[in-house]
Amino acid sequence: MAIDPKLAGELKPAGIHVTSFESLINWGRSSSLWPMQFGLACCAIEMIAATMAKYDMARFGAEVFRPSPRQADLMLVAGTVTKKMAPLVVRLYNQMAEPKYVIAMGACAISGGPFKQGYNVLKGIDRYIPVDIVIPGCPPRPEALLDGLLALRKKIAGEKLIGDHRVRHADPKGTAEFPVPEYGAHDLQPAANREIWNPDPVVHEEAAD
Amino acid sequence: MAHPFIPVLVFFAVALAVPIGALVLARLWMNFFTPIKRGKEKNALYECGLEPIAESQTRFHSQYYLFGLLFLLFDVETVFLLPFAVTFLDLSVGAFVVAMLFLLLLAEGLLWAWSKGLLNWRGSQKSNFTIYGD
Repeated sequence: MAIDPKLAGELKPAGIHVTSFESLINWGRSSSLWPMQFGLACCAIEMIAATMAKYDMARFGAEVFRPSPRQADLMLVAGTVTKKMAPLVVRLYNQMAEPKYVIAMGACAISGGPFKQGYNVLKGIDRYIPVDIVIPGCPPRPEALLDGLLALRKKIAGEKLIGDHRVRHADPKGTAEFPVPEYGAHDLQPAANREIWNPDPVVHEEAAD
Repeated sequence: MAHPFIPVLVFFAVALAVPIGALVLARLWMNFFTPIKRGKEKNALYECGLEPIAESQTRFHSQYYLFGLLFLLFDVETVFLLPFAVTFLDLSVGAFVVAMLFLLLLAEGLLWAWSKGLLNWRGSQKSNFTIYGD
């Protein structure tokens, strides 16, 4: 960062706030997240609770749930993503305006959760779209969602918008769309987007002697 | 002395400059900070995540309005029949006759529409009504 923190600290008591344009943009973006209005399972109930008066997500500037992806920049994947639903979620993500962020809320959205061994549940939405924040829980309490939202705000505040290693949405060469999987005979085709999902392979070691 | 309409002119200039300026700023902002990302999926119609199957602006046959009118007939009938049925036992003979006359009117309307061939969706050639283009 080009600004000397010491100098900025000296100027602050004098009523002069020094910042970079990048931080200003990130501050604006992080302070007014517009989530998309869709819930997939029981996590959505907690998400709804988080927006209501008791937990009041509006305190963090993220209460305007949009009914259209064109107006949203935060996708809260709240609940079980079945394989039937996964292509729709990916398509909705593709239809959102840049910059866009994803919070995977709850065990199901992260890894399939209690249905991981089942045949019809996607084992984590991060197989198809880039997830920024994961919130564990089954379902996570509204406080956990607010905590995840604050973590996302922190992440946005630290985004690099220019130069090398900038974030995907600020890079003209960054991925514009993530391929939407198709319904195959037994599984979604492809089973995962290998460009963004590359876990270490599971190795079965032979027992010694 | 300045022309008395100069404030109006200034008002128009500002009223034009503000929205145009906002649009230009938004465009510049997009170019510098969020390079636009187009794609097949993003430009596709929004259909709740499903693959769109048709155009967004479909056309209705103008004959549809006749069906709308016929629906209204049954709609009104329902609205008036419900209170009629609820107070049926307490009604005087006069009220009963009036209600029956009302039903008769609606039934006549239906019969009239039927006889004109309005219940046939593709029957516009046979009907006595001219739909535009026919």
